[in-house]
Amino acid sequence: MAVKSSAAETATMNVGQVIREYKADPGALLEILRDIQEVHGYLSKDIIEEVADGLNIPASRVYGVATFYTLLATEPKGKYIIRVCESPPCHIRGAVNVLETLQELLGINPGETTKDKKFTLELTSCLGVCGVAPAMVIDDRVYGNLTPERVKEILEEYS
Amino acid sequence: MSYFRAHVLVCVGTPCMLKGAGAVKDALGREIDRAGLGDEIRVVETGCLGPCDEGPVIIVYPEGVMYSKLKPEDISRIVQEHLLKGRVVEDLVYREKAGEARPVVSLEEKGYLDRQQRIVLRNCGRIDPDSIEEYIANDGYEALGKVLTSLTPEQVVAMVKDSGLRGRGGAGFPTGLKWSFTAGVEADHKYIICNADEGEPGTFKDRLILEGDPHSIIEAMAIAGYAVGASQGIVYIRGEYTLSIERLRKAVARAKELGLLGEGIFGTDFNFDITIRTGAGAYVCGEETALIESLEGKRGEPRIKPPYPGVAGLWGKPTVVNNVETLANIPPIILKGAEWFRSIGTETTPGTKVFTMLGDINNQGLIEVPMGITLRKVIYGVGGGIPGGKGFKLAQTGGTSGGCLPKEFLDLPMDYDTLAEAGSALGSGALLIIDDSHCIVDILCCFMKFFRHESCGQCTPCREGTARLYDLLHALTLGEAGRNEIRLIRELCQAMQLSSLCGLGQSAPNSVVTALQYFEDEIYRHAAGECPAGVCRGLSPKLRAKVI
Repeated sequence: MAVKSSAAETATMNVGQVIREYKADPGALLEILRDIQEVHGYLSKDIIEEVADGLNIPASRVYGVATFYTLLATEPKGKYIIRVCESPPCHIRGAVNVLETLQELLGINPGETTKDKKFTLELTSCLGVCGVAPAMVIDDRVYGNLTPERVKEILEEYS
Repeated sequence: MSYFRAHVLVCVGTPCMLKGAGAVKDALGREIDRAGLGDEIRVVETGCLGPCDEGPVIIVYPEGVMYSKLKPEDISRIVQEHLLKGRVVEDLVYREKAGEARPVVSLEEKGYLDRQQRIVLRNCGRIDPDSIEEYIANDGYEALGKVLTSLTPEQVVAMVKDSGLRGRGGAGFPTGLKWSFTAGVEADHKYIICNADEGEPGTFKDRLILEGDPHSIIEAMAIAGYAVGASQGIVYIRGEYTLSIERLRKAVARAKELGLLGEGIFGTDFNFDITIRTGAGAYVCGEETALIESLEGKRGEPRIKPPYPGVAGLWGKPTVVNNVETLANIPPIILKGAEWFRSIGTETTPGTKVFTMLGDINNQGLIEVPMGITLRKVIYGVGGGIPGGKGFKLAQTGGTSGGCLPKEFLDLPMDYDTLAEAGSALGSGALLIIDDSHCIVDILCCFMKFFRHESCGQCTPCREGTARLYDLLHALTLGEAGRNEIRLIRELCQAMQLSSLCGLGQSAPNSVVTALQYFEDEIYRHAAGECPAGVCRGLSPKLRAKVI
């Protein structure tokens, strides 16, 4: 995740505040959505409508942007988001085994969240740490040189 | 500035941090204090040194000795022996895995960097990226001073044109020509955008340049601004690159403090400012018009060209979009001249290229070598060969949008034109080396899965094509496709190359097209129910079906 903006540091912030922070500039829509998500976890239908009103643009445009970028979410996610790199350098170094281990241990498929709302499993494109492939990231933390055993150990750290 | 007898540079690039560089650095601080050397030895955090799979790595200057695979408990020996007594700790010194097993004692004179030529990475691993003073001490901001005080904008554009520098983001368009388009347009506002939305799988050169030498990019953007008449610079950087964002923010703030950005730079009437914007995870935003759309707060969907951004870009204003690596070449060209730059590399593509070597290769990591180097020299020279005694199967140059080159191409001098002729691309410089234990269809499937996800969905050939190509290839791995499907794959590839709107869709089938050319037999065997490499689970490796 990007470095937090000053707006996102205030947990009590509301959507209107963020919009004012960016002077209601529709050009800053991405930054506005990221700051809001930083606090609320995801972009609900209500939030999308509020942003659209605040910027005086159609809600469809806000929704279009919110669903275009992988770092923005329109559904609630688990407490921890696990992203497994599925790009070719990781693939040839065994990313499939890593993914299968995670699916087995968590009992979910990519794109799903565990019933206890603890983990969301996702696939991601290159994380740029190919020197330690295969790799995954849990929230902001990157883990490299993964094996099924190592994945098990890492998951235990989060339980 | 106080004087230090020695500097210890600790690589804090992401791969080294993952391997425990943080603990190594803490141990260094502790041991140096314990030995009472705190006033004599300075510990500096620096950007990537290259041999990423050998991390954590440190270098002790002035000798330039590189130590690798360090654990915190090794540090006391290095401090006691090397820093106190001046004796190199031989068994901890970085050694290349294959070839002669001698330690790389001096980074400058022998070994790892010996077969490289560093222009873009000139400061990476040598200076503290957070210190503008160290950058300045290494000729930093001298090129900016030179252009502002002694050259006209036209002269700067001419110099970059004469150097023959071509864009390092992938397309290889001549940089000087790009600048001249924007310089030639009258407008109240112009923009310089640094494209740091590095998303090509297997590429992390821009991240390492930004982490290791952020000021070189700031300086180059200001030079570009002067050359084309722009006063506003924007760095569009991948949202995932937390460390690069932080370093760059600090660097911009320091440059502003010292008056190297802002108003009246170097006492002239030239103003230039830089803002940093972060992406939100979309590969297609590396395409320059998609990037501009994203900067305007929209979905990152490419625009139809022309008009090109050089004439009508961000907010409809003339905009130069340059890749990080391209920009890093600018200050040395200004200081050393176009002639000097032309003397490196090949005739049509002067200069060096930063490659990231990945996959089945002994020395994974980042290298910078002159253009025109052959695959064989990269793989068996700097790269140290293929591990486990396996054979070379193919190299994919240029990232996932590049082609698959078999061993017949090992001696091809690599530059933009030769690789394009071979059906591949130099692209971003990612070199994925694949050994003979892998299956071509399985690998193509993985490439296409990536494009299926990253296609922005705007144009039909790419949106539908990437998905259908994946389906067809996947069916081949399961033994559910035959010769008819292979014919469909060929037709689909051609349709996508000819009719997709942007470079993503046009280049997505490159790997499949080249594979159909160079690994035809292996692909047809899948149609007959056999996977020769024994990778595809649905197929038999032993079946000796008569094919073709």
